[in-house]
Amino acid sequence: MAKPKLKEHLINRDWCKGCGICVELCPKNVLELDNENKAVAARPVDCICCKMCELRCPDLAIEVITEDDK
Amino acid sequence: MAIKDYIRERFFPHLWCSGCGHGMVLNALLRAIEALDIHKSDIVMVSGIGCSSRISGYVDFHTMHTIHGRALAFATGVKMSRPELNLIVPMGDGDALAIGGNHFIHTARRNIDMTAIIMNNRIYGMTGGQYSPLSGFGTMATTAPYSNIDHDFDVVELAKAAGASFVARSTTYHVQQLTNILKAAILHKGFSAVEVLSQCPEYFGRKNKMGTPADMLEYYKENTTTIGSKKKQENPDLLERGIFVQNDIPEYCSEYDKIIEQAKKTSGGKTK
Ligand SMILES: Cc1ncc(C[n+]2csc(CCOP(=O)(O)OP(=O)(O)O)c2C)c(N)n1
Ligand code: SF4
Ligand code: SF4
Ligand code: SF4
Ligand SMILES: [Mg+2]
Repeated sequence: MAKPKLKEHLINRDWCKGCGICVELCPKNVLELDNENKAVAARPVDCICCKMCELRCPDLAIEVITEDDK
Repeated sequence: MAIKDYIRERFFPHLWCSGCGHGMVLNALLRAIEALDIHKSDIVMVSGIGCSSRISGYVDFHTMHTIHGRALAFATGVKMSRPELNLIVPMGDGDALAIGGNHFIHTARRNIDMTAIIMNNRIYGMTGGQYSPLSGFGTMATTAPYSNIDHDFDVVELAKAAGASFVARSTTYHVQQLTNILKAAILHKGFSAVEVLSQCPEYFGRKNKMGTPADMLEYYKENTTTIGSKKKQENPDLLERGIFVQNDIPEYCSEYDKIIEQAKKTSGGKTK
C-alpha cells in the first residue's frame, strides 16, 4: 500500500477544548495550540497520517483527511 | 457509516472537561461499532449516573439514562424483553463497583449477553472528586486529604471471580487496542466486562499531581503492558492489558427460551 498523502486536518474549533492531547502525543510534532487555545496544524508537511490525533481526541474535534479518503 | 452518523451532534461540544478520558472511550466505541457495521437502531445503551454515564446522551442509539448503580438491572430487563438487540452498558467505577457492585457480580454470574464498560477514572468525578473503590491505597481525593487508606479492587480479577465469560482491560492511551477489545466484547455472546482506565484530569489528576491529560495518558503507557509480556515478567507491578477470559458458556436469554419451550411441552401444549 502506498503511503497515505495528507489532504488536510479538519479541526472543529467549536468542539476543540484545547486539551493538548493531540499536540503532545503527535509523533511528528505537527500540531500546536493557537492563542485561542485551539488545535491547529502548524507543520502539516511533517504529518505521516497515522491518525492518532483523530483516534485520541476526546472531543471528536479533529479529522485527518488523506488523498485516499473519499 | 462515518462515526458522526452515530452521535447526536446537536449536543456537542459535550459536557466533559477538557482532556477527559470519557470522550476517548466514546471515540473508541464509535469506531468499534462503525467497524462492526451494526445498525444504530439495533443497539441499546443503558447507563446510570456519573460523568461516564452521560455518554448515553451523545450516542444516537436507543438510550436509557437510569439511576446510579442500577444500569445493569435496567439493561437486564431490556435484554430479556428484546434479546435480539445489542446491549451496551457504560458505567463509572463508582457506579459499577461501589453502589452497583452487587448488580455487577450477579449480572456477570448470570452470563446475560451484554457489554459492560467500566470507565475507571479511580474517582467520583461527577460529585467532586471523592475517592472510589478503585482509587487505591495512598491516593489523594477530596474525601482523603491526608491520603486514602482504602485498598482497591482489581476489576479484572473481580469480574473473573464473578464468572464473567468475557473479561478484558485497556486504557485510553491504547485506543486501537481498546477499539478491538470493544469489537470482540460486543460480538461475544454472554456477559462481557471491559475495564478501561480513563483519565479524570479535573479531580484524580489534579489531586494526585499527574500533570496534563497527555501526561496521564503517558502514565497508562508506562504502567501497563500486554498480557504475559516479557515486560510483565521483569516488572510484576505493571498492569496487564488485553483479553483475559473469552469462554463459551450458556447464555441467559437463550437458556430462558429453552425453559419456555420445555414448559410448553410438559404442560401438554396447553399454554399454546
Ligand atoms: C442513589 C445515588 N447515590 C448517590 C448519588 C450521587 N452520585 C452521583 S454520580 C456519583 C459517583 C460518580 O462516580 P463514578 O461512577 O465513578 O463516575 P464518574 O463521574 O467518575 O465518571 C455519585 C455518588 C446519586 N446520584 N444517586
Ligand atoms: S485532542 Fe481534540 S480537543 Fe484536545 S486539543 Fe486536540 S483537537 Fe482539541
Ligand atoms: S495524523 Fe499523526 S502525524 Fe499527522 S498530525 Fe495526527 S498524530 Fe500527528
Ligand atoms: S470531572 Fe473528571 S470525569 Fe468528570 S468530566 Fe471532568 S475530567 Fe471527566
Ligand atoms: Mg469514576
